[in-house]
Amino acid sequence: MKDNKNIIIELKNVSKHYDQTYAVENFDLYVKKGEFITFLGPSGCGKTTTLRMIAGFEMPTSGEILLNGEDITGLPPYQRPVNTVFQRYALFPHLDVYDNIAFGLKLKRINDGGKMRKLTTKEISEKVRSALKIVDLEEYEDRDIATLSGGQQQRIAIARAIVNEPEILLLDEPLGALDLKMRKEMQLELKEMHKKLGITFIYVTHDQEEALTLSDTIVVMKDGMIQQIGSPEGIYNEPANAFVADFIGKSNIYSGTVIDRLKVRFLGHVFDALDDFEINEKVDVVVRPEDVKLVPPGEGMLDGRLIDKIFKGIHYEYTLMVGRSEVIIQDTRNLDVNCEAGIIIEPDGIHIMKKELTANIYDDAYIDKNNNVVISDFAFPCDVTKLVPGSALDGEGYVIGPDGTVYDFTDADVKATVGLTDIEIMDNIDEGGAWGNVVGIIYKGDHYMLTVRTPQDEDFTLDTEYTYDAGDRVGLKIAPESIGLALKGEAKKYAKK
Amino acid sequence: MKTSAFMDFVRKFYVYIVLFIMYAPILLLIVFSFTDTKLVGSWNGFSLRLYLSLARNREIVTAAINTFVVAFSSAAVSTVLGTLGAIGIFYSGRRSKAVMEGIGQIPIMNAEIVTALSLTILFVFFGIRFNFLTLLVGHVVLTIPFVVLSVRPKLVQMDPNIYEAALDLGATPNKALMRVIMPEVLPGVFSGFILSVTLSLDDYIITAFTRDTAYQTLSTYVYGVTSKKGALPPSLRALTTVITLLALVVLLIANRRGKSAAKKPRHK
Repeated sequence: MKDNKNIIIELKNVSKHYDQTYAVENFDLYVKKGEFITFLGPSGCGKTTTLRMIAGFEMPTSGEILLNGEDITGLPPYQRPVNTVFQRYALFPHLDVYDNIAFGLKLKRINDGGKMRKLTTKEISEKVRSALKIVDLEEYEDRDIATLSGGQQQRIAIARAIVNEPEILLLDEPLGALDLKMRKEMQLELKEMHKKLGITFIYVTHDQEEALTLSDTIVVMKDGMIQQIGSPEGIYNEPANAFVADFIGKSNIYSGTVIDRLKVRFLGHVFDALDDFEINEKVDVVVRPEDVKLVPPGEGMLDGRLIDKIFKGIHYEYTLMVGRSEVIIQDTRNLDVNCEAGIIIEPDGIHIMKKELTANIYDDAYIDKNNNVVISDFAFPCDVTKLVPGSALDGEGYVIGPDGTVYDFTDADVKATVGLTDIEIMDNIDEGGAWGNVVGIIYKGDHYMLTVRTPQDEDFTLDTEYTYDAGDRVGLKIAPESIGLALKGEAKKYAKK
Repeated sequence: MKTSAFMDFVRKFYVYIVLFIMYAPILLLIVFSFTDTKLVGSWNGFSLRLYLSLARNREIVTAAINTFVVAFSSAAVSTVLGTLGAIGIFYSGRRSKAVMEGIGQIPIMNAEIVTALSLTILFVFFGIRFNFLTLLVGHVVLTIPFVVLSVRPKLVQMDPNIYEAALDLGATPNKALMRVIMPEVLPGVFSGFILSVTLSLDDYIITAFTRDTAYQTLSTYVYGVTSKKGALPPSLRALTTVITLLALVVLLIANRRGKSAAKKPRHK
């Protein structure tokens, strides 16, 4: 797979933090020459920061960046053979189209038979003309930037970058400011341009459709970490986890159990599958809406009730209730709703993924003097007798071991474990033991898997039937008996003398 | 309800009335600068004698030259330092930016007398003799915040990414500053310069505290003459007129310059 000669840029264990927060964490990636690679993820996932580190605008906190095998981590942007197309173009308003494109060329020095010299006016003008031709704006040389439309400005920004013949072209959401129709046109043109120029493109976007259309390789990112690297087909058909499945395309995601070799149970039915997992393992299952076949009731693998239909142009999108779970189905036929229907899901339409998280685990929790467990600066009442098997509490709050030893667990470091279904979510943030903002939502057929982030940047992941939006501020409550506790180090240490 | 004719008049000519009240004293001086009576109020025919005596008055001519030397040199220094300062503040981190913007505005709010006194104490503390340089420093301190204030809006209007775009295209930080940032903020730099010149021209307090006592500017000269007992020297009427006209010319130049700079990107 990895052939060093063909690798143009490599990021090795690159991290970037600002103060205490990680923007990018342990980023490992190599990019092949001539590849069109896209960093895809929601806002704040670190994709732009990574691009800026490649451009040289940001220095990694740790790790290194290699260009053609050479370390360029400390090189300033003006010494890197890469050029950037900025999100909001960043054209120079005091210069006309020609001078904008010629800006880099005028600064350039080339090796002419051993002597370094500047480009001649004629050479510059030839290069500018050919760059304008590539972006289809040949007659625009003398125009002022302010007289150009958004789409034209974007083309000039691209011309200004590619005229320098960079080894890598970096594009930071370059089509974000354009309207939908223009965006679609520019996508095709960019792809065309990439083919013609043969240079490496590194593209940043939050638009999954754009990423699928353009890229040879997609890097899906979330919270500064790479979730998956793969071809558009690979990422769509074989998402690595529930986040990727949910972010790319429409999908049905269910919690399932592997009950036998190549057999998985979800939606209350046992399906044949192609992915081999350990028996009894809890897994996430993805079924794309186009892989569910609607059949008359009784003829399919299981039956449900069609409750909703939306016309989407080339197909209808149906919602089928199976028990309490929803199944989204794409079908080109116009069927009646509010009736029974059956479905068939073939084994190749079922993709099984390792469950990312089966429980919340907090490694740096501790016990306070009131026998609460403190997670992320929030104190939760808990059952400290779990720390010593067979122990009980005395009247003063000390733990009495089965052998009569008295323990004082104040400030004891513990590992706390909380199951996804053990966290109760509430609208009133004062009601629970902790609060935070909803940062992630994944729909799993009959419930949502929410990620709630506290002000101290700790995540609580939980299952709930209720609907919340990203950004909602919510309270969290955990029953004392459902917090699992494990002492770090020996209990002896905390014995009272 | 009926409105009185008087109220109607006020409504129609309100702005002109205000302007008239503002400019009446100056107009009075200008009118009476063209007659050579000792006192303002009596008129004994048109005469340019006051202007002639102004030109012949060595003290006044020297003071005028001194004033312009200080004004232009301090404005030049302030413009360079203030522009670089404004750019530096603009591109610094969020927290330090807020702090520096706040601190930078204190001299504007602060009473001039406080600035003047503290400068004097500083010079005395370091045993520096008052000379042209101390005066220059005084005026630079006075005018720098105004340069920063007039450059800042241009930076805010500018796309902050163009600096990085220039670096990306191979410009060193210095070249990026000169070729990309400077053209963008130039109108602000120019108005900062003009503002500095006018502030320095009519400054009295800082000048009085930081100059070498032998060094007269127009403001210290006028103050010196008027604070003596007796009538106002008639030639001051001519001097006031000249200064007013000069200010008018500067204003017109600044306005024309500002307009042409604003138009430039569209018609070329």
